[in-house]
Amino acid sequence: MMSAIIARESVIGRLNGWLARSWRSDFAHDFRRSPIAIASMAIILLYVAAASFPSFFAPRPVFDLATLDFADAFKPPAWLAGGDWRFLFGADDQGRDVLSAIIYGLRVSLFVSVAAVALSVTIGVTLGLVAGFFGGLLDSVIMRIADLQLTFPAMLVAVLVDGLLRASVGQRFHEEFAVLIIIVAIALSGWVQYARTVRGLTMVVATHNYVLAARMLGRSVPFILFRHILPNVATPVFVVATIQLAVAIILEATLSFVGLGIPPTQPSLGTLIRVGNGYLLSGEWWLAIFPGLALLVLVLAVNLLGDFLRDALNPRLK
Amino acid sequence: MIGFLAQRLGQALFVLIAVSALAFLMSHFIGDPVVAILGANSTGLQRDELRRQMGLDGPLILQFIDFMGRMLVGEFGLSYRLGLPVSRVLLERMPATMELALVGMVIALAVGIPAGIYCALERRSAASRIVLGLSLLGISMPSFFMGMLLIFLFSVVLGWLPSFGRGETVFLGWWTTGLLTASGLKAILMPAITIAVFQFAMILRLVRAEMVEVLRADFIRFARARGLSRRSVHLRHALVNTLVPLITIVGLQLGSIIGFAVVTETVFQWPGLGLLFLQSVAAADIPVLAAFLVFIAIVFVTINLIVDLCYYAIDPRLRLSDRAAGPA
Repeated sequence: MMSAIIARESVIGRLNGWLARSWRSDFAHDFRRSPIAIASMAIILLYVAAASFPSFFAPRPVFDLATLDFADAFKPPAWLAGGDWRFLFGADDQGRDVLSAIIYGLRVSLFVSVAAVALSVTIGVTLGLVAGFFGGLLDSVIMRIADLQLTFPAMLVAVLVDGLLRASVGQRFHEEFAVLIIIVAIALSGWVQYARTVRGLTMVVATHNYVLAARMLGRSVPFILFRHILPNVATPVFVVATIQLAVAIILEATLSFVGLGIPPTQPSLGTLIRVGNGYLLSGEWWLAIFPGLALLVLVLAVNLLGDFLRDALNPRLK
Repeated sequence: MIGFLAQRLGQALFVLIAVSALAFLMSHFIGDPVVAILGANSTGLQRDELRRQMGLDGPLILQFIDFMGRMLVGEFGLSYRLGLPVSRVLLERMPATMELALVGMVIALAVGIPAGIYCALERRSAASRIVLGLSLLGISMPSFFMGMLLIFLFSVVLGWLPSFGRGETVFLGWWTTGLLTASGLKAILMPAITIAVFQFAMILRLVRAEMVEVLRADFIRFARARGLSRRSVHLRHALVNTLVPLITIVGLQLGSIIGFAVVTETVFQWPGLGLLFLQSVAAADIPVLAAFLVFIAIVFVTINLIVDLCYYAIDPRLRLSDRAAGPA
């Protein structure tokens, strides 16, 4: 009992120490002095919270058909004539609340883009570490592939991988694998950025004495790569990942918009915009414009935060 | 310079061969062309017969050489979806995309460079901060959403511009152009602006960043000390030194515009390569995809070579170092 309390005290104590140290750090200092960084962080946290607990944030259920009423179909946004405060951003063709649809769509969009970036980082960092550490033929092969891929814009690579995976999976199973396919497609379109960054840094770090020492102590190569080298090349990866997250969000929305991404049964923001686009010319603009604005604000916040991180974590600018 | 050029040509050739190999493997392993031609109800005997006729039973490497040979004369087979020769389909669609990409890029450059110079010279002014903020908005704007906003404003609300298509086109030999008719010009405006917004933002930020850097250099201070006019210092001394990175980016972006045209062309139903590519992906039309891949690789490689040559034209230091120390 006593020891448990002491253990807890020490954990809390350490946590406090860590918090106090990070609060005094240069980075936190920069962050506190940048209203733009604080605002974008707040927006991102709000989006993440809404995506994590959609049933708490969404004013109305979306997937339960019994709660939908066709009398509510095409209700305009609340502040316009004929609007209804139950539907802040209006309702769609089946009387579904647009705001709630956005929140559930956000969940899919964020999940796909975060998963894609995570996969992309894993592939890119591993290949970059291996290429930079071993050099030689392995390095040449990996970097030639990277150069080759850079010939094509990420958008095309993602569409192409998506198309090829679909063709190999077959139309029948496509719906089941749609989310997985789009994650892989986006991840494969972005790994080069990390591989190039990490390779260059690894080549420098690998010559340092502590790496030599670790090798002489008989540490295994994977251990050296991930425990000794990786922490020393991680900061730029973090910056690139933030900026790539914005790219991944746009890619997912774009693929879904052109009909190659998430099917309408589990709509992402891009799917919502695709569906809403069909009503744009007939005047029900809120179906497409509000999901689009939600997307734009998210990408903008991530880009602003990425800009801030790049400047704040770059020692050369100090 | 010869050595440098030879090295670049070698790289270009490597890219082209690698992409062709990729295209070949794609057409070979995804979807069976024999089944595609004969239909799913054909017998095994018929399939084997056709396979022999088409030389598909030979060793892989011979088939690849054959594939390369046919590719060199522009023979990519038939489109599964359209039943037409792939090369003809590509040629028909190419002018629309090229015009769109070029008009978009010209707009982006015409607005982006002056705005970038202004933002670099008047760094602290309110106007330049607003422009810089707007440029980040431009980078964050998904291009399909930009297109939709334009359609909503100019087609739905104001009714000034057509929301889809290319308008009337004129034949110039095999090239069709929409730039010579009033309806064609009206039709290209919104898609071109959609493409230009992202490029504008990139160009503006690049020109500004490079200008700010260059303006700190000693030779600028020296030029000012010599009493040269502001105009001469800014344009002849500062701007010229930002051109090399600018041309690199413009070259790369011209390629990526063709990639992004996939989206813009979908929004505006623009009858170009991007729309074709997308329809082919959706229909798993492998011959078109393979040809498209090779086509894009050729475009990129050509642009990269031109960019490399431009370095020599712009930066006399490269020519000098050639004479002093051999190829750069």
